[in-house]
Amino acid sequence: MAVWFSRSRTIGYCLRKKLGFFGLVGHESSCCFSPSFRHISSIRQIGGSYGNPNGFLNDSAIHFRSWRFESSTAETQLDPQYFQEEDDLNQGLDFPGGRVTFTSELRFISESGDKRVPCYRVLDDNGDPITHTSFAQVSKELAVKMYGDMVTLQMMDVVFYEAQRQGRISFYMSTTGEEAINIASAAALSSDDLVLPQYREPGVLLWRGFTLQDFADQCFGNKADCGKGRQMPVHYGSSKHNFFTVSSPIATQLPQAVGVAYSLKMDKKDACVVAYFGDGCSSEGDFHAGLNFAAVMEAPVVFICRNNGWAISTPIEEQFRSDGIVVKGRAYGIRSIRVDGNDALAVYNAIRTAREMAISEQIPVLVELLAYRVAHHSTSDDSSKYRPVDEIEYWKSSRNPVNRFRKWVERNGWWSDKEESELRSSVKKQLLKAIQVAEKTEKPPIAEIFTDVYDHPPPNLKEQEKVLREDIKRHPKDYPSDVSL
Amino acid sequence: MASSMSVSRRRFGRLLARISGSRRQFSSTTSSISIDDQQQQQAQPQPQPRSLNLYSAINQALHIALDSDPRAYVFGEDVGFGGVFRCTTGLADRFGKSRVFNTPLCEQGIVGFGIGLAAMGNRAIAEIQFADYIYPAFDQIVNEAAKFRYRSGNQFNCGGLTIRAPYGAVGHGGHYHSQSPEAFFCHVPGIKVVIPRSPRQAKGLLLSCIRDPNPVVFFEPKWLYRLSVEEVPEHDYMLPLSEAEVIREGNDITLVGWGAQLSIMEQACIDAEKDGISCELIDLRTLIPWDKETVEASVRKTGRLLISHEAPVTGGFGAEISASIVERCFLRLEAPVSRVCGLDTPFPLVFEPFYMPTKNKILDAIKATVNY
Ligand SMILES: Cc1ncc(C[n+]2csc(CCOP(=O)(O)OP(=O)(O)O)c2C)c(N)n1
Ligand SMILES: [Mg+2]
Repeated sequence: MAVWFSRSRTIGYCLRKKLGFFGLVGHESSCCFSPSFRHISSIRQIGGSYGNPNGFLNDSAIHFRSWRFESSTAETQLDPQYFQEEDDLNQGLDFPGGRVTFTSELRFISESGDKRVPCYRVLDDNGDPITHTSFAQVSKELAVKMYGDMVTLQMMDVVFYEAQRQGRISFYMSTTGEEAINIASAAALSSDDLVLPQYREPGVLLWRGFTLQDFADQCFGNKADCGKGRQMPVHYGSSKHNFFTVSSPIATQLPQAVGVAYSLKMDKKDACVVAYFGDGCSSEGDFHAGLNFAAVMEAPVVFICRNNGWAISTPIEEQFRSDGIVVKGRAYGIRSIRVDGNDALAVYNAIRTAREMAISEQIPVLVELLAYRVAHHSTSDDSSKYRPVDEIEYWKSSRNPVNRFRKWVERNGWWSDKEESELRSSVKKQLLKAIQVAEKTEKPPIAEIFTDVYDHPPPNLKEQEKVLREDIKRHPKDYPSDVSL
Repeated sequence: MASSMSVSRRRFGRLLARISGSRRQFSSTTSSISIDDQQQQQAQPQPQPRSLNLYSAINQALHIALDSDPRAYVFGEDVGFGGVFRCTTGLADRFGKSRVFNTPLCEQGIVGFGIGLAAMGNRAIAEIQFADYIYPAFDQIVNEAAKFRYRSGNQFNCGGLTIRAPYGAVGHGGHYHSQSPEAFFCHVPGIKVVIPRSPRQAKGLLLSCIRDPNPVVFFEPKWLYRLSVEEVPEHDYMLPLSEAEVIREGNDITLVGWGAQLSIMEQACIDAEKDGISCELIDLRTLIPWDKETVEASVRKTGRLLISHEAPVTGGFGAEISASIVERCFLRLEAPVSRVCGLDTPFPLVFEPFYMPTKNKILDAIKATVNY
């Protein structure tokens, strides 16, 4: 198992400076699923092994109301972190949630486990499947589309970033380093699953068929932008693609996702909700609200945390002192897994499995994907001010998710250099064209300033529109000419 | 209170000029006003004032605050490396990571933590990265900070708390990097709301807020962080809270504003003067508790009032000023009070030039009011 960070939490938090962010130690392979779970049809079993049969309930009097959801009962497996041999399992207290045994030992639960939670992966750094790993087979067609979209995403970032530098768009955020997270998680979903994004997940839309022209139109805020030019670049949204519109305020999507999921649950839909968020986002109050609601409401939500090590300039050591995000699941009563976010096959498998659990068991699942924000936070940021360049370089080269997946696809004989160069030149052409068209397309008409504040403009807005139009007549030079009246 | 005016050079930041410079018709001047005479007298011979932009003036104030009080702390998201607007540059190096530090990404945590720190007799200087992101802390500000003293019968207070937040339009901020939320906080007895218009004002007012024995929300006009440059005295000085300042004297109409909007209003005053209209321009500086007397005295002289702010007109703080002045000066008013403000819509990215209370909108309103 690759150790992701060189520092160990038991040693302390201050080593980061010296050792940097990276460091790859040891290679013992670890797999979280036994081989029998290779097929998604046996998902129920996976759930079973994690699940919560009401063992304690059977041999104890139930003193609390029986409408409580089943999954809030205690676990059968005795967690060595909480139980010791001397504990008398027959002595206990019946308490809402299940029987609580007594112990005579004054013993605190440790703030951390002995070892960090391992990270599931399928491909090693060379793109070779790890022996004994369990994963669902991915067809050639799927793999090639995944790879193609990862490359497209990468190229879109390069071209749009450059457009921002040239002053053609006002702002941009790149996904670099998180291409596998974006594309492989999207590939593992059904198009009926509803997505509530943070902002660094444009690949999900790309996968679902949002075109490069659609992306460009949003970034240029022209009249073809489905958001009507009202929001900053990268605040994509498309109801057609079941992708809620990005909102800048961090973490607001998490409790909302639970409401959306509860609706799917009530309607008995064969779909789930997927809420993406960053490591920094997990510090917000809305994170707590979202996860706790999801557990209590038994809502089919897959929470996908992109733990990329940074929230703008704040490293994760200054964000939380837990073993990442994955361990927070248990505190809320949510099943969770940690996955190598730079391994597209691992991401695909984990999300696919999590999705099946969420739908078939009607529960939330938390997936922590470990990666690195190779990009600056945004075009307003210069990350060399707060992190070493060789750290970025390491993740960009040695742990590059796109290269790793390419090696695997090539090894299968599904991809060649020729196809690579054809893909790249075709995507580049499409991107340049998309930008040209988006730039030439006029802005939305000014009537759109006043629509959609409410379903219908109330009198104050009608009056303000009238006054504004008069002002434009009086002072046309005060207003941009590319907005039509 | 009258003061001499000098027009200082204002540089357009590279980014701003590129993105929106061609569109914006904003004034390229800002007034720089000499600080209160008394304050300068107290000071020993001082080094020459230096030309500073707004974020550097804030940075200087924070340096002084930390230097002059060992119980002062500066914290917030990304403040450790200098903050996303560079206001906290160099502070962690100089004063150490236990006094200047990053917090987890959680506004309610930042303010709640600040309240507790302040309640123990410290000066807690909290940064909210954008005023648009202050809402998760709304409960801590409105129900906690504002009522901490009152609800305990003055046994406890969190007067050492100052919350800094960049507010307002910036040319390309869209919904969530442009808001002016001051009016929400002006509805809350127990906190003060202060907004500076320039570097020199920012330094003096921020030091007053930090040292004021009440919790204060200090909104910084981020549009001006780099654009507004003026001579700022090097030394430690404070400007009084709850005192408005007449920054331009006139007889025909009173204009009241705050923060970045003042430079737009000033341009309108200059243009109105060409048409023979003499405008008096007042910087309110502290929004609550506000200096009604200065505004009232001015309106008694001019007989007309215009208020301008970027926030949506409905329920904006302009409404409060208007109502108060109508109560006090009803018989003296020669025209209805005029408000030139933001539209009643969310802040729209590509429509920003339409949304804004521009110089010409103000100028037209001045003329309409004077000719009523
Ligand atoms: C409520 C709120 N506070 C602050 C911000 C400013 N902000 C934007 S992104 C960001 C960091 C988010 O980090 P993370 O969740 O790790 O996502 P990443 O950028 O790494 O993908 C911050 C602080 C915001 N958008 N919303
Ligand atoms: Mg992050």
